[in-house]
Amino acid sequence: MTNTQIPAVRPQQPVAEAAPAPRPSARERGTRLLAALFLAPTIVGIVIFTVVPIVGSIVLSLFHWNVIDSPTFAGAANYREMVNDSTVLVSFRNTLVFMVLAVALQLLIALTLALAVNGRMPVWLRSVFRSAFFFPLILSAASISVVMKYLFNQDFGLVNWLLGLIGIAPVPWLTSENSAMAAVILVYVWQQFGFSFLLFVGGLNNIPKEIHEAASLDGATGLRKHLSVTLPLLSPTLLVASVVGIINALQVFEQPYVLTNGGPGDSTRTVVMVIYETAFEQLRFGEASAVGVLLFVLVMAVTALQFRLSRRFVHYQ
Amino acid sequence: MSQATLTASRARHTLAPWARIAGLAVCALLTLGPVIWTVSTSLRTPAESFDLPPKIIPTSPTIESYRGVFDQIDVWLLALNSTLVTALIAVGQMITAGLAGYAFARLEFRFKKPLFGLVLATMMVPLQVTIVPVFLVLKSMGLTDTLLGLIIPAFPTAFGTFLMRQYFLGMPKDLGEAAMLDGCGPWRTFRSVYAPLATPGLAIVGVLAFNYHWNEFFRPLILETSGQNYTLPLGLVSLQGNLGTGSISVVLAGVVLSMIPAVAVFVVGQRPLREGITSAGVNR
Repeated sequence: MTNTQIPAVRPQQPVAEAAPAPRPSARERGTRLLAALFLAPTIVGIVIFTVVPIVGSIVLSLFHWNVIDSPTFAGAANYREMVNDSTVLVSFRNTLVFMVLAVALQLLIALTLALAVNGRMPVWLRSVFRSAFFFPLILSAASISVVMKYLFNQDFGLVNWLLGLIGIAPVPWLTSENSAMAAVILVYVWQQFGFSFLLFVGGLNNIPKEIHEAASLDGATGLRKHLSVTLPLLSPTLLVASVVGIINALQVFEQPYVLTNGGPGDSTRTVVMVIYETAFEQLRFGEASAVGVLLFVLVMAVTALQFRLSRRFVHYQ
Repeated sequence: MSQATLTASRARHTLAPWARIAGLAVCALLTLGPVIWTVSTSLRTPAESFDLPPKIIPTSPTIESYRGVFDQIDVWLLALNSTLVTALIAVGQMITAGLAGYAFARLEFRFKKPLFGLVLATMMVPLQVTIVPVFLVLKSMGLTDTLLGLIIPAFPTAFGTFLMRQYFLGMPKDLGEAAMLDGCGPWRTFRSVYAPLATPGLAIVGVLAFNYHWNEFFRPLILETSGQNYTLPLGLVSLQGNLGTGSISVVLAGVVLSMIPAVAVFVVGQRPLREGITSAGVNR
């Protein structure tokens, strides 16, 4: 776009570049120096706090280490142990169950609300709704879980009181193995759906009006129009929303930590909780790193799957 | 298709506008409900806080619970810690992302592509996965249980760098060329021509950083072991732990206090916040 203007602006430039230059010009050296200075904080930081820790995780996962004594080489022992450790296995199962249900619910709610908000209504009302659905995102997951712990209390919680109004008996939300995960999912989705909602609202705004008008002229209305016209056009957004949703859900920590502390039993213990407990409560850094490496592989697999899926199923206009 | 069946199918598949708006209003109420309940309960007396149905408008509003929070935890210290950590990270990220984003967008140097690839790749690495070695790195630097240990590792931001690069790429190239013809060096070109135009992009980086780190819980939980270095979310969770279910309204008053800055940013910076969240997906 701007390239076409370059020759007009600096006619002598090609001559200068063509000249044999064994040493870079002062300007070039200045540019390189500036680039190095500008990049240093970011690159050095990333190397120290991301690249080294990734390598460190893999190396640590091959050792037994409690930080106090010197580390001993363990080979694949941590991984073997992990596969036989029922808490670790349950935490992976919990995290996967959580991920599937939470992401499905989150996307369903977000998509329904985005379609509803996209319909005809006064502009001010639309922005009120949009702000309301987006609001929980700005709160601290930890503090809001403290609030939710009261709301989901079996005896004096508002949730059970409301359910009582429609004749449902009190649910032991946080104290029963069967319903604790449901409570964690509800609290998580309540806070997170606004994120997918924003993505969907943006995606819907990008669909040209003419397409909707054409579909309506062809007799498609309501749900059918959405299923056959809107959804395929929204598929890139849907993919992004589900991948980001999945990656975030795999890292869930605050809600189960505050609401149930992983219990009752291990019923809401997630992978990140196990990493935290193994490393920082039991000081088993090698074992914790092995769990971390496995979670990392899982996240990478999801990301890789995203790229394959997007080539296959996503309709770009 | 006859007119009659067409109307029938329309009636079956489309909600009346009022029904749609009413449904949305119920959902909005459910979404804001817990927040409204929090604020109203924090203004009730401890005795009233268990009442069901809850009195949304307290019969005798009182700020007793707010005094209670200040008595039971050092709110000022927590708020000071949170403010220091969040503000320094936000400013730090604006600086590192602004500089690196500009370098990737407008400067020519060797290994530009692989370096940018490295930055992008780290966006996909969840912090929770690397926390054990990050903790050990900080320990070797003597930064565990210090606020600096929270601040320094958060300075580099892959997403912020990506965003600022896009931002600088969107600015016309001619501006810089004109400045160079006028005899500006690379630094002057950045300082006087491009940097002043970058404010809206930097605002997105700053607002996102504020929102994320003001609410952050995982890293403080692991890094900060002594109470004097706690941030607000950490202090509140431990306040609840200390009190059990004794005085809900005191805990909720603390939650409300900690929400105020986040809500203020929501009101003032909703647009950059929304743009930032949607443009990336990965909000860190």
